[in-house]
Amino acid sequence: MYGYQLRAEFESRTGGTWPLNVGQVYTTLARLERDGLVEPAGELADKDADKHVFYRCTEAGAAELREWFDSPVNPEGRPRDELAIKLGLAVGSPGVDVRAVIQRQRTHTMRTLRDYTRLKADVAETDLAWQLVLDSLIFQAEAEVRWLDYCQERLERAGAEAGGTPLGRGGPSQGEGADGVLAGREDR
Amino acid sequence: MSTGEEQAALLELRGVSRVHGEGPTAVHALRDVSVSVAAGELVAVMGPSGSGKSTLLNLAGGLDSPTKGQVAVEGVELGGLSRGALAAVRRRSVGYVFQELNLVPALTAAENVSLPRELDGVGARAARVEALEALAAVDMEELAQRFPDDMSGGQQQRVAIARALVGPRRLLLADEPTGALDSHTGEAVLRLLRARCDSGAGGVLVTHEARHAAWADRVVFLRDGTVVDDTGSAPGAETLLSGTAG
Repeated sequence: MYGYQLRAEFESRTGGTWPLNVGQVYTTLARLERDGLVEPAGELADKDADKHVFYRCTEAGAAELREWFDSPVNPEGRPRDELAIKLGLAVGSPGVDVRAVIQRQRTHTMRTLRDYTRLKADVAETDLAWQLVLDSLIFQAEAEVRWLDYCQERLERAGAEAGGTPLGRGGPSQGEGADGVLAGREDR
Repeated sequence: MSTGEEQAALLELRGVSRVHGEGPTAVHALRDVSVSVAAGELVAVMGPSGSGKSTLLNLAGGLDSPTKGQVAVEGVELGGLSRGALAAVRRRSVGYVFQELNLVPALTAAENVSLPRELDGVGARAARVEALEALAAVDMEELAQRFPDDMSGGQQQRVAIARALVGPRRLLLADEPTGALDSHTGEAVLRLLRARCDSGAGGVLVTHEARHAAWADRVVFLRDGTVVDDTGSAPGAETLLSGTAG
């Protein structure tokens, strides 16, 4: 395959959720070639006389790919979670209405969830790759809504126990999650 | 199926409050809630237990009356109606789908669906024709002669939806209609609700599952009897993915 084909294939399988620019594809191909994971496999000029360089996987590349499919994705490797950080910092910050922060986020995430669901309603039964990617986005959004509901409940309970001020300064129990995020996910 | 009647909302709750009891022990189940559902619209209602979801559904269907405010179904104010007139609106305009206990076990699918029409005074033959139409709209025509016990949970729920929307009924009130179903079947039921609304019905869907509520056009969130959150209606689908890159 050549660069444009690779990009088209990636985007069709992921429903265009993460658009690639073709420059990214070529730099990546160049790096892979440098590392011996792909090799050029001839050239072809199309009818407009544009030249396409074909690439194929080397044996080392195929092994690397198998390894990638065989390993689980490490959550620590993902970008740090801005929302968890935001909530962690909101609790205990004077003048911040944590409940309002949560409610705004909930509305936003719920809209996102609805919009993904709307897309899903229109996806053809046969387009399994795009359906799976869309389901992944749907479940992530759903998890976020559930987590936000849980946060809201925790805050209500903490407020009830503290007697009145619903969102007094957060003790260590409320800061826990965010501390973990701050300490553990400093990559990128 | 869109008609000239679209201007009037199928369901309108205006400044509705419902208080149970009096004095210091009074429970405010709903406080000053306004929600309207147009033809073609599916509105989901979410909220913690005790937030007023069921009260809202009961008021919308005329099963309960508000302490304050108005409820109108297809433009008819329920407040001023006699008991008989109210029962007629309930029968002719509103259909219900619950989590369970939806169908009469001793009747076939077709009989279950034609029953409300026969109660409306429609002749048995005409009611049967309408029932088969309603079953066809939910892809259940072939199982019209089956009894509920010989159907899967998902099939029963499809029949319940057909019954809720048989004849002239256009307002569908659903309370956790996917509660007892596995996720794949539950999703099929939601797709069906969505499709029935897309072809002109209006629906209120009470659910605690965000993934189910996401099939609605709008999600209203209740807490302590008050609407604290409303997603508003959806934008065009084309703009959806612009924010997800990276």
